[in-house]
Amino acid sequence: MYQIELKNVSFVYGAGEPYEIRALDNINLHLGGSVMTGFMGHTGSGKSTLVQLLNGILKPTSGQVLLDGKDIWEDPKKIRDIRFRVGVVMQYPEYQLFDETVRDDIAFGPKNMGLSKEEIEQRVIDAVHFAGLDESLLDKSPFELSGGQKRRAALAGVIAMRPEILVLDEPAAGLDPGGRREILGRIREFQRSSGTSVIIVSHSMEDMAMYCDRIIVMSAGKVAMDGTCSEVFGRYNELLDVGLDVPQITYVADELRKHGIDIGADIYTVKYAASQILSKIGGRQI
Amino acid sequence: MGKIIEVKDLTFAYPTEDGEAARNALEHVNLSIEEGSFVAILGHNGSGKSTLAKMMSLVLVPDSGAVIIRGKNMSADDVTDEDVLKARRDVGMVFQNPDNQIVATIVEEDVAFGVENLGIPSEKIRHRVDEALRLVGMTKYARHMSHKLSGGQKQRVAIAGVIAMRRKCIIFDESTAMLDPVGRKEVMDTIVRLNREEGITVLHITHYMNEAMHADRVVVMDQGKVFMDGTPEEVFSQPEKLWDIRLDVPQTTELLYLLKQNGLNVRTDIFEPAECAAEIAEAMKRMTDVRGK
Amino acid sequence: MNLDISFGQYCEGNSILHRMDPRAKIIAAIMYIVAVFLAKNLYAFALLLLSAIFLIAVSGIPLRIVLKSMKPLVIILLFTAVINIFWMEGETLLVSLGFIQIYLEGIINAILIAVRIIILLVGTTIFMTFTTTPIALTDGLEQLLSPLKKIGLPVHEFSMMMTIALRFIPTLTEETQKIMNAQKARGADFSTGSLLQRAKALVPILVPLFVSAFRRADELATAMECRCYTGGDGRTRMNVLHAGAMDYVFCILVIALGAGILVLNQFGGYMLSW
Repeated sequence: MYQIELKNVSFVYGAGEPYEIRALDNINLHLGGSVMTGFMGHTGSGKSTLVQLLNGILKPTSGQVLLDGKDIWEDPKKIRDIRFRVGVVMQYPEYQLFDETVRDDIAFGPKNMGLSKEEIEQRVIDAVHFAGLDESLLDKSPFELSGGQKRRAALAGVIAMRPEILVLDEPAAGLDPGGRREILGRIREFQRSSGTSVIIVSHSMEDMAMYCDRIIVMSAGKVAMDGTCSEVFGRYNELLDVGLDVPQITYVADELRKHGIDIGADIYTVKYAASQILSKIGGRQI
Repeated sequence: MGKIIEVKDLTFAYPTEDGEAARNALEHVNLSIEEGSFVAILGHNGSGKSTLAKMMSLVLVPDSGAVIIRGKNMSADDVTDEDVLKARRDVGMVFQNPDNQIVATIVEEDVAFGVENLGIPSEKIRHRVDEALRLVGMTKYARHMSHKLSGGQKQRVAIAGVIAMRRKCIIFDESTAMLDPVGRKEVMDTIVRLNREEGITVLHITHYMNEAMHADRVVVMDQGKVFMDGTPEEVFSQPEKLWDIRLDVPQTTELLYLLKQNGLNVRTDIFEPAECAAEIAEAMKRMTDVRGK
Repeated sequence: MNLDISFGQYCEGNSILHRMDPRAKIIAAIMYIVAVFLAKNLYAFALLLLSAIFLIAVSGIPLRIVLKSMKPLVIILLFTAVINIFWMEGETLLVSLGFIQIYLEGIINAILIAVRIIILLVGTTIFMTFTTTPIALTDGLEQLLSPLKKIGLPVHEFSMMMTIALRFIPTLTEETQKIMNAQKARGADFSTGSLLQRAKALVPILVPLFVSAFRRADELATAMECRCYTGGDGRTRMNVLHAGAMDYVFCILVIALGAGILVLNQFGGYMLSW
């Protein structure tokens, strides 16, 4: 069920120099499956480095990244094929738009794959729909779009490659609450309807709690926690220890416990908290 | 306390390339900011909040209406460059992208940049720069390279640059939007401290609800108009109104609101998790007491 | 592709040279260049060599780093050496192989010219790039050139431009890397294909880079305006440059070096031809 395996992966920036930085330290992980996986960790925890190892932008200093059991660096000349199979959307991806029209820009990836014209056109249309962009925007210049539209066009550019695994680094960074919900909701829907394995890197606990099936917490280049939302948020003191914030609602549940009201340790969404409290007083379920 | 900034009947539309009439980014906005206050301006992207900030910092000129800074109408016809420069000595601005507002390679030289523009003697600049760096907690980094700092540190350097010019009012134009949670907290702590301890008027433009909770007053913008205006308690206790215009409320408020809707008699104007829990516990106790009888 | 541009190789330290007024260092460097070109015979070159060793020692910069900075020069040195050895005619013929004739004078000339180039580089880099931050250099240059403002040359504007350029080089380098990675993730290929194909492959990097650079410039201009920047008039500086005793001492030493070389040139011996 898993497609990617990281085997004893370490990554060191500036290896051999006096100021070398060990960004990842002996990581062993299985990733993939038809789920949404969230990577959390504060800046410098190694999560962005990990993203770049998955599609061969960076090469591990030691250890192996296996895709369907094969080392992606087995033949370094074929690393491009790996990048088509593991699609990565970088942080603030709107800055990668360059072509004359939105259509051409989204087609950049599929064109590099050497697909037929008809196939490319079909993929562009599908990708635009997945990303929630109007088809009428296809012939506009990407630089005429609004900020949110640009972000979605960039996302479509990666979806159009139909990767087996879609990796997104902070897809909602800098967006307002409505924009966050919109783009994360789109990604979740894309994951469900296409069955693609999606990996999201984010700082926002609230977002991760809402959209992810599995959460991996990184700290100081190592995997600190790995589990479902309720497993991870249930150990919220450990989250605080690795410098992460927990959803405000988790604090409320903790405070309630001090008042003798135990609604469980795995509280991470407001709706669940409300229904737990209401069930205590025999109220309606929501 | 006097009013440091007033805007009267402000209307503005961004010019379009093909000369078509664009939708107004601001429509008849009236607002006045008390000296020493902390005002948060909320709104989704395109609500007009950043345009308003650019008006108040005199980067943009309104189509109609007036921006009045410390009693001087800056939109009058006879306003000279000199007047604008004078007004800018009172009102400073910190922008969204930390990289695009730092001029110098070395931290302290960047903080000095604005003060140098005022034509103040060298020894006094030194003194002001040191003081400003101390106020934002960046003294240790005075001789560091600015591009190597974290996002939150860069924004604190930008803030130091503004306070070194001894301005009375700082407008933060989504200054926390590009930062990670750690950076955001650093910057918010600095902003709150400057307002409470140094009496600097703060106008904080943001779409993070949690940041608006620190303010004395919250102004919500939508479609170029002032949509709500009141204390954080007043504004956030009406979550439906905010959800309607694609904004959020703090999770605590959302929880209390949901509970109230389902028959638990709680106040909905609480943000602190501890207070929120206490309120819920009390309400639950009242309820079971009533049933017990 | 490796984008690690180490612009100006400033080497942190606290030597006398590091602490010197940048204006004095610029002047000293210019006079040092003149002195290097004055040297004509072996005695003068020996003195030059001593002065270069003295400079390296005073600056406290490890010899390893100085030598590393000479690496790009190897090709130029080899080239000039070959030209001198094979084409220069002299009195003492050493080797004669058909049309190839190598004279002793050619070899000496080749060595002296190589030494001249090396010393030239050591002198200027020690005075300027190794011990002076780019910012200090710009400041020094602005103040040295400030008399030219009187004849209407935009000296302040030029120095401001330099300052901002230096500030943004690392930012834009990092940005280029990010854009390259993003396009690589979409299958862009920068390293194979014909020259034309490779040039075309740069479009997806250059367009976003330019768009972003213009946006940055625009935002920076607004930010500077909000910080009351109106150009150089009426501006004061936090760090005022002060020339101290050491600065004068060094300038005088360099002048003395030039004078010494002129004297030594009179002692004859083999004279460098150019």
